[in-house]
Amino acid sequence: MGKLAQLGLDIAKLWSKYSSSYINGMRNTLILALIGTLIGCLIGFICGVLNTIPYSKNDHPIKRFVLKLIRVIIRIYVEVFRGTPMVLQAVFLFYGLPYFTDNALRFSSVWAAAIVVVSINTGAYMAESVRGGIISVDPGQTEGAMAIGMTHVQTMTSVILPQALRNIMPQIGNNFIINVKDTSVMFIIGFPDFFATHRAAVGASYLYFPSATVEMIGYLTMTLLASFLLRWMEKKMDGSSSYELAQTDQLTMTAGTYRHPDKGSPFDERNREYADEDLREQTGKEDR
Amino acid sequence: MADQILQINHLSKFFGNNEVLRDIDFSVCVGDVISIIGASGSGKSTLLRCINLLETPTSGEILYHGRNVLERGTNPAEYRSHVGMVFQSFNLFNNMTVLENCVVGQVRVLKRGKEEARKHAMEYLERVGMAPYIHAKPRQISGGQKQRVAIARAMAMDPEVLLFDEPTSALDPEMVGEVLNVMQALAESGMTMLVVTHEMAFARDVSNQVVYMSDGVICEQGKPEEIFGNPRKQETIDFLSRFRG
Repeated sequence: MGKLAQLGLDIAKLWSKYSSSYINGMRNTLILALIGTLIGCLIGFICGVLNTIPYSKNDHPIKRFVLKLIRVIIRIYVEVFRGTPMVLQAVFLFYGLPYFTDNALRFSSVWAAAIVVVSINTGAYMAESVRGGIISVDPGQTEGAMAIGMTHVQTMTSVILPQALRNIMPQIGNNFIINVKDTSVMFIIGFPDFFATHRAAVGASYLYFPSATVEMIGYLTMTLLASFLLRWMEKKMDGSSSYELAQTDQLTMTAGTYRHPDKGSPFDERNREYADEDLREQTGKEDR
Repeated sequence: MADQILQINHLSKFFGNNEVLRDIDFSVCVGDVISIIGASGSGKSTLLRCINLLETPTSGEILYHGRNVLERGTNPAEYRSHVGMVFQSFNLFNNMTVLENCVVGQVRVLKRGKEEARKHAMEYLERVGMAPYIHAKPRQISGGQKQRVAIARAMAMDPEVLLFDEPTSALDPEMVGEVLNVMQALAESGMTMLVVTHEMAFARDVSNQVVYMSDGVICEQGKPEEIFGNPRKQETIDFLSRFRG
């Protein structure tokens, strides 16, 4: 108990001194993770769509060549950025750019560098997720869209991508939570995130374990909040599980259509037929 | 022959080395209701999918108002908007409500205004008896209801000819009637239809022409009373006798 009391006191000490830096770090972490995930998703969607443009033997050779080239480029991008640690990618881009251009080109701020690195990294993961999401949509959906004369782009934007987006929402959530935690490696280029606050705080106070406890609680709070929000968004996207029956008069008002009671619908006939059949069935049973 | 919509000449289709369609010839005129019957695997569905360019035929031509749509330079999407298709597995858009399913093609392909498209869709949804369900998503309605919506969706595009690919084969027996009734009503309203079906009663009573296919070729073709009452080929007799049981 004594140790726990000690920990509580140490945390209180840290918090009174560095609370604004901790909160600021959390804010930076969240902003970086959010922007990085959003841009990453955008990159992923672009790659996923480009990757799934269909081509056949009958297409023009140039079109086929371009499409194949695009697939190869995306493949290389995905393999390189998925296969190397983000911490190294950050160093590589942040220091490599001025190195190769003799300082002509460099990131003006660590924010820009961090956002670029996180976005590109997330995009590499999302490209594959989006491709999977598009493939997982029933091919019948594409045929249905094509059969009413939609082009590839129209089919994608109206029918396939909305369904693919819903399918990969869990992966987007995963990526966001991973980004909340993994942006901690951005201290390497001096980005002032939540973990950087820890390094600064312990450098001055030597309270390693109490500060780590604060960090643990902080990260867990952020990720729990994120997963809660994502679940809520998924539910929202699914829409209501029931639907309202449109009433005839409401229809007349909203759609400007008018039902002709004397004309009836093709169903009336069927209902009559079925009623007769039901009757026959019933009497048949009684006979037996 | 001014009222001829489609003419198919010497159409054949290979899947690899497997010839599924051989030298198919026939034509579709305005107001025709043609039933294509035959055993499973005889190439009926492939023929229909070729006509809608969902499959590319290996050789032959498909003339749409005299113009070959298999030539380079034809826009398949534009052509398909005149030739509607109803699938065995419905293929309604799962991310949209019943009404949106019938509106989206009109707005995006035919560039109609939202309100006009909505009114037009409602007309057909009323005709197939699905007007009360316009706010439902496809997963919330039955197979028969889905197929009726699919018919309304195809009709809302004002196609010149409507292709049906075994529209009742995926349905529970008690739902077949409602779909066939809608199709019969459509046929009686003068719609040009090409129907691949196993419903012999529909082929006999509703269509004005029956095509019997066997092993990728058109085996026999004629008026329903000829095919059903007085078939000439032995294959046709054998096939039909299985249905009469």
